[in-house]
Amino acid sequence: MSIVVFVSNTKGKINKAGLEAICYAADVAKTSGDSVTAVTVGSLEGDGGAGVYGASKLITGVSVNHSDSNQVTNMVSAVILDECASMIVTSHDNDGKQVAPRLAARLNCGIVTGVTGLPDTSSGFTVKKNVFSGKAIAQVSITSDKKILALLPNSHGLHEHGGTAEVSEWSGAAGTASVTVKEVKVVESNVVPLPEAELVVSAGRGMKGPENWGMIEELATELGATTACSRPVSDIGWRPHHEHVGQTGVAIRPNLYIAIGISGAIQHLAGVNGSKKIVVVNTDSEAPFFKAADYGIVGDAFDVVPKLIAAAKAFNASN
Amino acid sequence: MNILVCISKSPDTTSKIAFTDGGTKFDENGVQFIVNPYDEWYALVKALELKEAIGGKVTVISVGDASNDPIIRKSLAVGADEAVRVDAADTDALFVAQQIANYAKEHDYNIILTGKETINYNGGQLGGMIAELVGLPYVAMATKLDLVGDLATIEREIQGGSEVLEINGGFVLSAAKGMAEQRIPNMRGIMAARSKPLNVIPPSGGESHTSVVNYELPPAKAQCKYIDAENAGELIALLHSEAKVI
Repeated sequence: MSIVVFVSNTKGKINKAGLEAICYAADVAKTSGDSVTAVTVGSLEGDGGAGVYGASKLITGVSVNHSDSNQVTNMVSAVILDECASMIVTSHDNDGKQVAPRLAARLNCGIVTGVTGLPDTSSGFTVKKNVFSGKAIAQVSITSDKKILALLPNSHGLHEHGGTAEVSEWSGAAGTASVTVKEVKVVESNVVPLPEAELVVSAGRGMKGPENWGMIEELATELGATTACSRPVSDIGWRPHHEHVGQTGVAIRPNLYIAIGISGAIQHLAGVNGSKKIVVVNTDSEAPFFKAADYGIVGDAFDVVPKLIAAAKAFNASN
Repeated sequence: MNILVCISKSPDTTSKIAFTDGGTKFDENGVQFIVNPYDEWYALVKALELKEAIGGKVTVISVGDASNDPIIRKSLAVGADEAVRVDAADTDALFVAQQIANYAKEHDYNIILTGKETINYNGGQLGGMIAELVGLPYVAMATKLDLVGDLATIEREIQGGSEVLEINGGFVLSAAKGMAEQRIPNMRGIMAARSKPLNVIPPSGGESHTSVVNYELPPAKAQCKYIDAENAGELIALLHSEAKVI
């Protein structure tokens, strides 16, 4: 039997969250003795990295519209049938969110989204997931034979299993098209997208105005980090909306989150509390964010950030 | 154009999160319940905007016991025309989706809106499941919606940006930030909500395949380590040697 992993395809590449889902499935397969079959929409360069992270097969649906959840579900459910799969893994990213619930209803099976750890099969089948916007963890039991797990990005990590995946094209019929893609607006950038970023430098109202973001960007560049911001800053238009992290914006789980001039309202924390290490820079020593921080600097951003940039430059030069 | 909006009850965003009964139940003591913000601010308000532009009726539907009634009345006060409550425990998303899909099919709703997820379970599953059960297209994490006749233009978030989609005919979508702006109900709305219909109906079939076994709180953070602002640069060395994140 095999575990089927649905991954999204961004310009011929599997995104990091997708590779992580493959790696997760391969780790489950190690104990269950299954193999891993990845399935994606469109064609990839080679096996898109699926093999290195543990897939033995990669099936590509070149005739399937990635934005048509019904067509994607038709393909994935056909592959599940062909592969006699009882476990289906996907990333809880934007494409996974569009397909996984539909697939659960089609298969009439249990699904857990936002999974943060490997399944526990010591008594039945349970997995842990984030609930209450990261303020708690729930252990959820699935009782159906087929099971769908949607993995929270950056919660399992990536490690190589070695090998290459045998690539084949899906030969089934995608079904009637009901969704037409009119326009794709993707900002061309060499920076890692926020949901996948391991290092994030974020700033808030303490920066006093959009003209002062140069130093935030410079620090991010020196660290190889992605920039983010708090809600007020995106609401007043100092920074683009896609940079807003928090309860209503993007929820992230980087290895390092540096918050500069952000007080740490509970709604902001809800989007970043999965970060492994948090650094807070704030003039107000009473800012609630310090309670969630691993490292704190009480000081003015305009004084502290240039010092951090200088130290990061020196660090880069000596490493 | 009649629109069905799915709403869920969730604890206020500032609630203290604690559990009772050996970690198996959410501690509701002192907790204020609200309409799940994504359902209210984005899905419901968008439905009202569409109704105001092109006419029709906005129905809110919720699955739960009578403790859901206050948040249902709140939705009516914001401007929904009528409400339906399926009188059953919301055991899991598939069960809830089956209830709502059955109602939508019976009453010929083919535009169904919901929030991108609830702020308590963070599932994000309901919309996709309903779409499958009623046989409609589904768009997740939608930030814009325009309707001209039967043609819907929908923008959704994708990795690194967004895409614009067209759907001819009915659809289900989950709404994210950008879709609409929060509306505060006025006194007239609150008074009117008291006399708007709230139909309580029994569940129709449905099954659950998942259940929460227990809850736990994340491990407590170690004490914050402070670095003197004068020597802020020391942070970089600590992030490398101690935290091992760079």
